Amino acid sequence: MSKNYYDAADLRKFGKITEWNEELGNKFFDYYGKVFEEGALTAREKSLIALAVAHTEQCPYCIDAYTKDTLQRGITKEQMMEAIHVGAAIKSGATLVHGVQMMNKVNKLEM
Amino acid sequence: MKKSLKARNNDIANTSRQMEILSEGIFANGELPTFANKIKETNQFPLRPKKLEILQINLGYMCNQVCSHCHVDAGPDRKEIMTLETMNECLEVIKKTEAHTLDLTGGAPEMNPNFRWFVEEASKAGIKDFIVRSNLTIIRANKKYHDLPLFFKKHNVHVVSSMPHWTRGKTDKQRGDGVFDKSIKALQELNAVGYGLEGSGLKLDLVYNPSGAFLPGDQMALENDFKKALKSDFNIDFHSLFAITNLPISRFLDYLIASENYEEYMYNLVEAYNPAAVENVMCTNTLSVSWDGWLYDCDFNQMLNLKVASKVKHISDYNEDLLQDRNIIINQHCYGCTAGSGSSCQGVVA
Repeated sequence: MSKNYYDAADLRKFGKITEWNEELGNKFFDYYGKVFEEGALTAREKSLIALAVAHTEQCPYCIDAYTKDTLQRGITKEQMMEAIHVGAAIKSGATLVHGVQMMNKVNKLEM
Repeated sequence: MKKSLKARNNDIANTSRQMEILSEGIFANGELPTFANKIKETNQFPLRPKKLEILQINLGYMCNQVCSHCHVDAGPDRKEIMTLETMNECLEVIKKTEAHTLDLTGGAPEMNPNFRWFVEEASKAGIKDFIVRSNLTIIRANKKYHDLPLFFKKHNVHVVSSMPHWTRGKTDKQRGDGVFDKSIKALQELNAVGYGLEGSGLKLDLVYNPSGAFLPGDQMALENDFKKALKSDFNIDFHSLFAITNLPISRFLDYLIASENYEEYMYNLVEAYNPAAVENVMCTNTLSVSWDGWLYDCDFNQMLNLKVASKVKHISDYNEDLLQDRNIIINQHCYGCTAGSGSSCQGVVA
């Protein structure tokens, strides 16, 4: 067993999750594949969304996978970084918007 | 300017060393299947030629560029150039071949001193599709090449040119500083004489190679992105984009090893293996001729010095029927042509 919590080579083993529950594993991969097909959004747009979410979720496997995927689609470094900033803005915005709850509570509690 | 691996006496310039690397490690310990074993799974071994369609002739390894991914290890320091005698032997074959496509490549084929004579003579043979693979910058490299667009037009040559990206940074990183600007200028000059324009009949296609250790994405999507960007930024038109996978040989192999990407890249190729691509892989319809007249299953086998497994090994002994009756030589580099939608000098195959 690896001494690290994350091992880049484990990404290759992702498909093996079906070995311990074939039905649910296969359903997940079918769903996953379908989600990333061309649709109302292009596969390119979906790849950039996935890259941004990979960062907000801080998933190292997803970051590796979608950095490579976006490069394969010819997406530039500038576009990739902008996508990550979108994710970061939502993440920080989501933290800050809770400040309103804090302000509401303070206003309620203070004389 | 950088030097070729050969000029640097780099270990990888030795084709035997490349074959060793491709056979040892993850392929020797069974982590990944060899290409032969992989195609055996779908009863596609041995790989055999189908009808010959493309005769690809390499006029020499000399080039004005030293691209970091080049499978030829081409550059200004490479002196291997096809002689007039070998060109005449090729012309005899061109006159009688069943192939409908003649594909001239290099290096920069235009740097062969007899290039224009050879094109003039070969164009008389009435081959349906006459391709010259031009790196574009050669057109701007020297005054004597400035009229190449008109020369190509005169002989109705189909121009196929490398263009790794529609942005300067990615292009120059792979092909050298200043290559992007010169390539754009050359494309505009080709457009000016009618190349790449709808209805002109003068075909101009671009070749995209990924600029790093990753596979090409969807060819059609990339073509749309290239067309949109080159039109809006530089008013450039072209017909089709061929997305070509970098094969793990020569300079690209050297890059993969130096950047510690080799194993991961081979995993990517094997995981993306597509048996449907094997059906139409280019070695089944192509013959490759080297600058010194030797025959190979493809340009990549030429660079690995894997001559055809046939009694006929040289253009001077050419016999199409005998050559068609052979097994194609394969090794792990062949995974590069069977990944995803497949890859060939004409783009995807599946």
